[in-house]
Amino acid sequence: MTQVAEQAPLSSTSDAPPGDGSLADYFRAYLVRVRSGDLGSLPIIVGLLIIVAVFGSLRPAFLTAGNFTNLIVQMAGLTTIAIGVVFVLLLGEIDLSVGYVSGVAGVVLARLLTENGLPWFAAVAAAVLTGTLIGLLQGLIITKAGVPSFVVTLAGLLAWNGVVLILIGGRGTVVVSDRVVIGIANRYLPPVAGWVLAAALVAGFVATQLARQRARRAAGLPTVPPLIVALRVVLLSVLVGGAVVLCNASPRGGVPVAGVLMAVLLLVWSYVAGRTRFGRHVYAVGGNAEAARRAGIDVDRVRVAVFMIASTMAALGGVVLASRLRSVDTAAGGGDILLNSIAAAVIGGTSLFGGRGKVSSALLGALVIASVANGMGLLGLSSGAKFVVTGLVLLASLLVDSFARRGRSSRGLA
Amino acid sequence: MSTEPVLALRDVSKHFGAVQALYGVDLDVHAGQVMALVGDNGAGKSTLIKSIGGIHPFDGGELRFDGSPASITSPKDAAALGIEIVYQDLALADNLDVVQNMFLGRERLQGLRRLDENGMETEARKTLSGLSVTTLRSVRTPVAALSGGQRQSVAVAKAVMWNSRLVILDEPTAALGVAQTRQVLDLVKRLGDKGLAVILVSHNLHDIFEVADRIAVLRLGQKVAEFDAAGTNQQEVVEAITAGSLQKVPGMVEAQPS
Repeated sequence: MTQVAEQAPLSSTSDAPPGDGSLADYFRAYLVRVRSGDLGSLPIIVGLLIIVAVFGSLRPAFLTAGNFTNLIVQMAGLTTIAIGVVFVLLLGEIDLSVGYVSGVAGVVLARLLTENGLPWFAAVAAAVLTGTLIGLLQGLIITKAGVPSFVVTLAGLLAWNGVVLILIGGRGTVVVSDRVVIGIANRYLPPVAGWVLAAALVAGFVATQLARQRARRAAGLPTVPPLIVALRVVLLSVLVGGAVVLCNASPRGGVPVAGVLMAVLLLVWSYVAGRTRFGRHVYAVGGNAEAARRAGIDVDRVRVAVFMIASTMAALGGVVLASRLRSVDTAAGGGDILLNSIAAAVIGGTSLFGGRGKVSSALLGALVIASVANGMGLLGLSSGAKFVVTGLVLLASLLVDSFARRGRSSRGLA
Repeated sequence: MSTEPVLALRDVSKHFGAVQALYGVDLDVHAGQVMALVGDNGAGKSTLIKSIGGIHPFDGGELRFDGSPASITSPKDAAALGIEIVYQDLALADNLDVVQNMFLGRERLQGLRRLDENGMETEARKTLSGLSVTTLRSVRTPVAALSGGQRQSVAVAKAVMWNSRLVILDEPTAALGVAQTRQVLDLVKRLGDKGLAVILVSHNLHDIFEVADRIAVLRLGQKVAEFDAAGTNQQEVVEAITAGSLQKVPGMVEAQPS
């Protein structure tokens, strides 16, 4: 109790008209957050640096432009599925069906293209819509019948696996030959297009940051120090610019279409989660469902919508995966897809207990998992070793979170 | 200040199956007045405030709001009239910050269906400083990082932000230390000073004598006494809580005309 009281000095910050926060204030606030257990993406960035250093020193091929470009294509499907998983985890729920939902979508896509001769957009739309409907079904069962999402989606895992097998039937493999669909994971933008997109991204970021600063200053609210804004812009420019340089320098000759798709999905869903009323309600339901209900939020509707998002993103991920493999077979949606997508969200910093996390954690976590898989592949290690290492990375990320949490509760902030 | 009470209850009752939780209670709460509601466990305090809040509506008697009869059958009705309840468990989402909690379920939007964060932050600051809640370092702090008193203040601020007329506080100081209790009691006083009608449910007579204008005592579902806080003492109130005379004998439910 005394500790808590110490943390709450009788300052009058809410009265004083605040100007630009000073840098020192900003860093002090950041340090308080870190020490109180809110590490943000700090651990994962450290983890990524370690992964890059280890594999880079063991296999110089890991650090080549070509491998970087491959990595983007390899992680695109996983990232897409993991974005949906982030939403489910934000609610404090789980969706175990995303793997085979992606498989079902892949088979639907392949059969509609190959056997029914549908144009690519109709087949992709049908595949994605299949996912949406599966999510609606599962979400309704979870909310209306009150069955835990774990059980419903576990049943879904089994059932949708069965549906994949039934839809594939005696075919064994359905080849995807549509140029556009294959292009998602196998085509690369011309170098100039990559630069144009990167420039547009950075310009858009600068514009929104400046607009926000101006609006907050106009409203008399505290603003982020300008130097921090500048640093963010520089960091984003370096990351995006670096990625474009590497992709353009690779034998593929440009930014993969799958990478652009991934970036667009991340932007759209980050906006939904962070800037819309629906997103706010998702966090509220995950943080305290009772509080959300009392605030007049239709909790069931939010939950159904989130399960629809998860299955829709899983289906879209299935399309990306089918595009990469250029075919769909009885193994579609199986293997490590489900566990990797959940692991990606968690490694990226989304809490399993609801209410804490960001859409971008899907990208960071998928980057870690795909890097490990890619690096181990280059080292010629067995897939057994790959699983063990991925498991250890997941464990490490949870341990970091757990220690951070302990820090938080020992400071009375949990 | 008008003489018409903001909330007037006449002969209200509530039963759950065979259990009669409230018998013919009358209660008037005026604007600018802090009405303390006291009573032993099971006296019907919670039932009374939950009925006013529309969680389980009264099944007999009359409720008048601002002088006209009102029917409150859901929390939405209560909110529409300007009745806000701050429950003991606060109903704040720990993972959201102060502004996000204060606007939860009533978020403001601007273009592109985007949340109007600046507008909400400005409004939240205004409300908090209007209540002289000055201990928050930043309104963008997650509620998880606040002390008990600060959380209570945020919950109260959330309740008064919506042009509310009547704020009902359920045991606001129950889990707080001395300094924090001080903060919250000051806040309750300010609510009254701002012209709101306040119903304060508490077990702590010390707190009640500090802030209440009137004290209503419930015992076994009946109102057994009502005092002017200035004209009574703890002894008298305790006697009413434990041995106030009942007009109706519990157990004789059948005999009561509904």
